[in-house]
Amino acid sequence: MFNIIKISFRNLYRQKRRSFLTIGIVAFGVLAVLLFTATAGSFKNFMISEITDSMLGHIQIHGKGYVSSLDNLPLDNTIKATQINKMAQILDEIPEIESYTYRILLGGMVSNYLESTSAKISAIIPAKEKKVAPLLEARLQEGNFLRKGEILLPEIIAKGFKSKIGDDIVLIATNVDGSVNGLPLKISGIMESVVGPTGKYGYIHFDDAKSILRMDEMEVSEVAIRLKNFNDLEKVYSILNEKLGSIKNKNDKPIFEIHTWEKLSPFYSIANMIDMMSLFIKIILIGIVLVSIMNVMIMAVYERTKEIGSISAMGTLPSKIRLMFLFEGLFLGIYGSIIGIIISLIAIFIVNISHITVSFGRNSNILLQPKVSLAQIGLTALIVIFVAIIAVLEPAFKASKLEPIEALRQN
Amino acid sequence: MSLISCNDITKIYKVGEVEIKALKNISLEISKSKFVAFIGPSGSGKTTMLNLFGVLDKPTSGTLKVIDTDISKLNYVERAKFRGEHLGFIFQNFNLIPVLTVYENVEYPLIMVKSIPTKARKEKVLSLLDAVGMLDQKDKLINQISGGQKQRVAIARALTTDPKIVLADEPTANLDHESAYKVMRLMKKLSSEIGTTFIFSTHDPKIVNEVDITYTIEDGALIKREERSN
Ligand SMILES: Nc1ncnc2c1ncn2[C@@H]1O[C@H](COP(=O)(O)OP(=O)(O)OP(=O)(O)O)[C@@H](O)[C@H]1O
Ligand SMILES: [Mg+2]
Repeated sequence: MFNIIKISFRNLYRQKRRSFLTIGIVAFGVLAVLLFTATAGSFKNFMISEITDSMLGHIQIHGKGYVSSLDNLPLDNTIKATQINKMAQILDEIPEIESYTYRILLGGMVSNYLESTSAKISAIIPAKEKKVAPLLEARLQEGNFLRKGEILLPEIIAKGFKSKIGDDIVLIATNVDGSVNGLPLKISGIMESVVGPTGKYGYIHFDDAKSILRMDEMEVSEVAIRLKNFNDLEKVYSILNEKLGSIKNKNDKPIFEIHTWEKLSPFYSIANMIDMMSLFIKIILIGIVLVSIMNVMIMAVYERTKEIGSISAMGTLPSKIRLMFLFEGLFLGIYGSIIGIIISLIAIFIVNISHITVSFGRNSNILLQPKVSLAQIGLTALIVIFVAIIAVLEPAFKASKLEPIEALRQN
Repeated sequence: MSLISCNDITKIYKVGEVEIKALKNISLEISKSKFVAFIGPSGSGKTTMLNLFGVLDKPTSGTLKVIDTDISKLNYVERAKFRGEHLGFIFQNFNLIPVLTVYENVEYPLIMVKSIPTKARKEKVLSLLDAVGMLDQKDKLINQISGGQKQRVAIARALTTDPKIVLADEPTANLDHESAYKVMRLMKKLSSEIGTTFIFSTHDPKIVNEVDITYTIEDGALIKREERSN
């Protein structure tokens, strides 16, 4: 066996330039895959955490049917006090949940006494909100985070009103019974808009919402949950679905609906596209490895026909001849992977130290911090090596099946 | 005891509709420790003959026994095993493995065809390299030595597995006259020393003086057998 490997290995040196070129092509494919996955992955993770941490949270719970009528911000489809208690008990028992918070979403008018405009408002409990959406505060363009009696104005409205921090404003809203109320508030800050469902909302304190909407009891439109580990998303989602989904109302309809961030953010489809592209690049890699290795190995068998004939005449078994070529192809794959991985790591390192930023939507300076996991490297190498073996199978079998007389007659 | 026994062998090649009778009703016996030559003009059937003796091919009709084995009964892999076990080959174009050194080429059959332990292998290879006068060149690669030297290495390689028969199809055709003569002499010497039967083909009628038995074939038919008594 060792001798077969030795011969296979030395065979790479027969056509140095050709072997080198093939290894180079394979390495280039590996580089393309790893660099893309690392970079796109870094971009994707950045965007996901940006979206979940700056507004959505990882998972949200609403009253059944709420999300599909989100545009109207219905106040008659809230989660009521008794249900909140039941739900809170369940949430408290799930260890993967880091924290959760309540929100009331409402539509209304804001007026600075000169002009007015419609606005969508999210009423939050600041201390809890910060735990669930730690980046929310980072969206403050100026001013301070929220206290009772204050409002965080979305930047579009602030611009339209030419508002300054500390200005007075009135929020007017209609409650579930149809009565209209107003509440004077002070502008404590201006929020940067982001892509996403509540990306252009203003923020007020939860208690202020209760008073303007004349809610006597606790009522919430939305519960946002943050997990300790983002990777537990699916797991917690199914736990919640099972435990909360089984809570039914008098008409035997479920009370709650549960959504992961993916179902709530349009970025999910972009994240999916990134994954698709990364798959696509892997398929191209497979093509590159397949074609280039098969090509050189077919050439090699053709060139060495006579030699194969002679070792076959001497009694070398077909299986050994096959192995000889298999190893040769395998070496091309292994070398290509190793060199590709080394170059990729260097490239990724360079991207990291050169602080390259890209812009996406309103995020103008997303710092690219490509990271590649050992699993990704391993997977890529495995794909290459596996495909190399597939590519060399046909030529190797062809070589092992050569009739020695025919092969020896070749010139 | 006969190493090779042919009984009324015919070999027909079919090329499309055309049948080429490469060998016609050949019967002969070759016994141990002989230095045997097949002589004949181009296309007479020498290679065809040696391919049959070398268990690389099967006769179209007639029976051929090589070392008491009816070779037409063997399948592809069995024939390969048989060749590895009992036969040695020397080729016109040497067909040494260019990526291996002289030493490794001679060692090759001992690893790839027979599995011989390292120490015994080394002794065997070195003694054979010594016998063919290539010991001092053992670490060179094949393209660093001359044609005559290549054929000496090929002879050593053919003998490593202690074959009963060594088959050589025009082993000297690619060599100049002097090298050809030396190679011939070497084969003859080893043949008598080791007791291996050498069967080779050649165009060269002058070779007759060197060999024990000469078969002359023409147009696929055996026309003459000469035995030279020492
Ligand atoms: N594979 C084959 N298919 C068809 N015809 C063949 C084949 N091999 C040999 N022949 C024919 O059989 C005849 C004998 O060929 P063979 O090669 O045995 O001759 P040879 O004596 O070795 O000739 P040379 O001295 O040129 O090597 C020739 O007519 C040749 O054309
Ligand atoms: Mg011939």
